[in-house]
Amino acid sequence: MDGTWDLVRESLVPLLQGTVTGTIPLTAVSFVLGLLLALVVALMRLSGIAPLAAAARCYVSLIRGTPLLLQLFIIFYGLPSLGVTIDPFPSAVIAFSLNVGGYAAEVVRAAILAVPKGQTEAALTIGMDYATTMRRIVLPQAARVAVPPLSNTLISLVKDTSLASAVLVTELTRKANELAAPTYEFFTLYVVTAAYYWVVCLGLSAVQSRLEVRLNRYVAR
Amino acid sequence: MSTPAGGPLLEARGLEKSFGDNHVLRGVDVLADAGTVTVLIGPSGSGKTTVLRSLNLLEVPDAGSVRIGQARMEFPAPGGRPDRRAVARLRAQSGMVFQAHNLFPHLTVLGNVTEGPVVVQRRPPAEVRAEALALLERVGLAGKAEQYPHQLSGGQQQRVGIARALAIRPALLLFDEPTSALDPELVGEVLAVMKDLADQGWTMVVVTHEMRFARQVADRVLFLDGGVVVEEGAPAEVLGAPRHERTRRFLHRLADPL
Repeated sequence: MDGTWDLVRESLVPLLQGTVTGTIPLTAVSFVLGLLLALVVALMRLSGIAPLAAAARCYVSLIRGTPLLLQLFIIFYGLPSLGVTIDPFPSAVIAFSLNVGGYAAEVVRAAILAVPKGQTEAALTIGMDYATTMRRIVLPQAARVAVPPLSNTLISLVKDTSLASAVLVTELTRKANELAAPTYEFFTLYVVTAAYYWVVCLGLSAVQSRLEVRLNRYVAR
Repeated sequence: MSTPAGGPLLEARGLEKSFGDNHVLRGVDVLADAGTVTVLIGPSGSGKTTVLRSLNLLEVPDAGSVRIGQARMEFPAPGGRPDRRAVARLRAQSGMVFQAHNLFPHLTVLGNVTEGPVVVQRRPPAEVRAEALALLERVGLAGKAEQYPHQLSGGQQQRVGIARALAIRPALLLFDEPTSALDPELVGEVLAVMKDLADQGWTMVVVTHEMRFARQVADRVLFLDGGVVVEEGAPAEVLGAPRHERTRRFLHRLADPL
């Protein structure tokens, strides 16, 4: 029993390292890139230009219709046979960004559609072009609608990054495996690791609540 | 905004517009001299709002031409799609007040008024802010600058909408049924601001059902029905002694809905 507690104590710092240098940057970079991708895909679908809209629909369908682990394997283990070799971390970033992009595109599209048409018209009458109208008028209002579902996407992503352990990224789950393997203390280490994920997600939920309050301040109740 | 010598400030000719099979405008002319108030009246579906929205290209006419000051466009545009720069130039000539005010809910009252001048026209923020505060004072909302639109009454919101339209320094003000969505007791404060603007010499085109406003403030009244101007003239003529049966029926229904 003493040995178990010693192991937990010795694991705390390496697991924290895996979180701070692996899980969190992987999540953050993938989420930001994924959101940008989602915005582009959503605007393509809303563009009214048939080939763009069709390409966007096809992309969303592929991403949502195939397993994330398989997308990761295709990029890391599959692409080298086509002569494209990508390191573990960038491979994971690409796979997760594409995945977030596919799911969040629908959220962003729905949020943009939820902004009344009169807002765009008012923006046009004060001289705004399409890009300025989106940036200054539509997207800030769409954000209010999009934050709760996008927070779901982000929290899912935190946990999905554990899949990156299967393509050799040294993130939290892989660290746990490395620490557990020589000692056979799988139960203890996995429970501690789960607690790390949980704490990260708790923090994100708190941020979400504050963001929602902020974005709702201009809404009548 | 200089205009060609002697010409009206606003000159829209032969406007036509269809939505699918619905031929909403069938050749409408609207002319307005600088400093005059033109009121468009007519039954719902007559095309009056579409005329107004054609003047700033929220609806692109299928045929006809629109000129405000020096900015002029022909429809259908040569080459199909209207030139974006020409559209922007024509739009910059007019400010619009909407029936549902369409204020930006995420911006403060002051933010709503300064958005166009600062973000689009890139004028110095300090100068714009001072001008916007003066505009808010003019529409009777001096103390409301830092509030959000949802904290205001309907009449106050609509007056912010007027200040927002004025802030871009347009040559022409367009009003699309500005009091139709308001509670009756709030109509007066908005009409008072509009009358004030008319007295100051603003050129205005107003779609409204407020006949007293038309009688007291308008220089010209256009009665539209079925996508054409049935009758136009001074308010005393069109509203006081209408020549056409359709105008008479419309005015009668308005005066006595039951």
